[in-house]
Amino acid sequence: MREITLSQAVNEALAEEMRRDPTTFIMGEDVAEAGTPFKVLSGLVEEFGTDRVIDTPIAEPGFMGMAVGAAMTGARPIVDLMFGDFIFLIMDQLCNQAAKTHYMSGGKLNVPLVLRTNLGATRRSAAQHSQSLQALVAHIPGLKVAMPSSAYEAKGLMKTAIRDNNPVVIFEDKLMYQDKAPVPEEEYLIPFGVANVKREGSDITLIATSSMVQVAEKAAEMLAAEGISAEVIDPRTIVPLDEEALLKSVRKTSRAIVIDEGHQSYGVTAEIASRLNEKAFYHLDAPVLRMGAMDVPVPFSPALEDITVPTPEGVAENARKLCAGEMIHAA
Amino acid sequence: MPDTANSDTNLPYALRAYSREDLVGALRKMFLIRKFEEGAEDSYTRGLIHGTMHLSIGQEASAVGSCMSLTDADKITSTHRGHGHCVAKNADLGRMFAEFFGKETGYCRGRGGSMHIADVEKGNLGANGIVGGGLPIAVGAALTAKRLGTGAVTICFFGDGANNEGAFHEALNMASVWKLPVVFVCENNKYGMSTSIERSTSVKNIADRAVAYSMPGVTVDGNDFSAVTEAVDAAVARARAGEGPSLVENLTYRWRGHSKSDRNRYRTKEEIAEWMERDPIRRMADLLVSHDILSEAEVGALEAETEQEIRDAIAFANQSPAPLIEDATRFVYTEEMA
Ligand SMILES: Cc1ncc(C[n+]2csc(CCOP(=O)(O)OP(=O)(O)O)c2C)c(N)n1
Ligand SMILES: [Mg+2]
Repeated sequence: MREITLSQAVNEALAEEMRRDPTTFIMGEDVAEAGTPFKVLSGLVEEFGTDRVIDTPIAEPGFMGMAVGAAMTGARPIVDLMFGDFIFLIMDQLCNQAAKTHYMSGGKLNVPLVLRTNLGATRRSAAQHSQSLQALVAHIPGLKVAMPSSAYEAKGLMKTAIRDNNPVVIFEDKLMYQDKAPVPEEEYLIPFGVANVKREGSDITLIATSSMVQVAEKAAEMLAAEGISAEVIDPRTIVPLDEEALLKSVRKTSRAIVIDEGHQSYGVTAEIASRLNEKAFYHLDAPVLRMGAMDVPVPFSPALEDITVPTPEGVAENARKLCAGEMIHAA
Repeated sequence: MPDTANSDTNLPYALRAYSREDLVGALRKMFLIRKFEEGAEDSYTRGLIHGTMHLSIGQEASAVGSCMSLTDADKITSTHRGHGHCVAKNADLGRMFAEFFGKETGYCRGRGGSMHIADVEKGNLGANGIVGGGLPIAVGAALTAKRLGTGAVTICFFGDGANNEGAFHEALNMASVWKLPVVFVCENNKYGMSTSIERSTSVKNIADRAVAYSMPGVTVDGNDFSAVTEAVDAAVARARAGEGPSLVENLTYRWRGHSKSDRNRYRTKEEIAEWMERDPIRRMADLLVSHDILSEAEVGALEAETEQEIRDAIAFANQSPAPLIEDATRFVYTEEMA
């Protein structure tokens, strides 16, 4: 199968859906001629024109709100938010408006919009351009949240997101844009709420999101060399969450580590870990462990930044301890 | 502080208002900014600096001219394109480079990097990674000055792109309603990333926005040191006198791309060349030479001297230690109580 980059995969998904559905359009800063700073949208304005690939002024709350209004009235906007960190600027329109409109209108209004944004540290971009804020939006009922872990997922989840009649937030890892993966030429969609078992194992389950899937896979590789069999599962969407798939795996392995790049406290890992505790407690041989980013604003200095995120070595070390029956006190 | 020693009204404002020493100091700072940016670019190419950076080459008159009548007690808020503002507000170049290199000796102990340098002793409340983020903060600093009666003025630097954020409008309105001692200095370099002001902004001049908030607004040639100084000094004086905020728009241009990822496809080579002709440093040097304040040779010597200062600053940063890993969680909270 051909291999393409995550960036190309997103680009293809957008182009295919925009060809299919004339009510779709892209709106955001530097999306047209520049194709975003990450060049993910390169070529789209040439095909779809500036009416459908719209450069906005630097006014995030404004264009996010416009997308909500357009979505309520028959369009399917795809909002491009240059950095995930800017989500703080659009919180009202996203969480008070988009997320609640369908419910508050008693099901009469839909807000079929996609918010494309990113996450991920270690790009030396400091505290306002490196955050992984998926937990914040996952907390709000009414929003769906997708976290692609490779080019394959990026394409299939984006196409589903565009066709979903609810507001969907997609977080791409900005360090993965150039990573290649096999992606079929033929059309495919990845349904929301269906986890993917990336690697089968019997001793411990590593549940990981986005680029942490790679971290978990590398850890599993290291553990395999030592005779520990780790299963790696990617939930692909954290809302909706494929709880059954996670529970099934943990009932089999009886140990789990949950890995996500958001801050460790009050995060995605905490939510998943507590669901496992609630629903698979009697199958567990060890406490479910959370591994997230250190609870600090992301430091600029490379020396500091690198130790704030989960690494394969760190995951493997914790897995080893859990399998040996050692207690670990999470930070 | 402007002194009104020379009252020959045919002279450009800066020459009337400032001493020879002040003027030479200003040219020196403009050279330092240029050389700092070139040194940063070079360090990036050599892999000494990571991440990205936003260079202000071509905008030196705006930074230095705007800060002429400020003291260390006065505040500024800066932007992602903020190195020039730091230098204009008397920052130490070694500590600036150290911040860039992510070193413990940097202004923010390596925690902030290029986009977040703050120099509290000199009144620089910090650059900002969020476009428009500094606007309300500047108004807050002005509120403090008014409440405590410190007499301090705050200059709020922001780009043309930032004028379309809601934060800009909220900030100007509140500053005006409460007559706060703040000067909004827009560095209009015609683009916010690839988007031109014509494509993003409903008014021709950003200074036109001032009318909506009942404050004076002027647009000046931002590459003309004297014009910038004249406009901003008047606004600072007005703020100090308790008469409220003003908006000054400095028309200028960034010679380099927006940042390291810019393909520069949205502007022509001719446009860039045309603006490079209007080099603010050359114009300032010409002003001083033509009024016998400096000779051409002295200008050359000044430039060479600043180059050496930059080399020394880079060496200092290079030799400085990285932060200790065990300190990673320091400064998330302060231990101090009121
Ligand atoms: C809230 C927010 N939106 C978008 C960005 C991305 N961004 C960084 S600089 C910039 C352009 C800013 O333009 P302008 O204010 O004119 O300043 P200039 O870069 O021209 O100095 C943009 C869009 C950001 N950092 N923060
Ligand atoms: Mg600009």
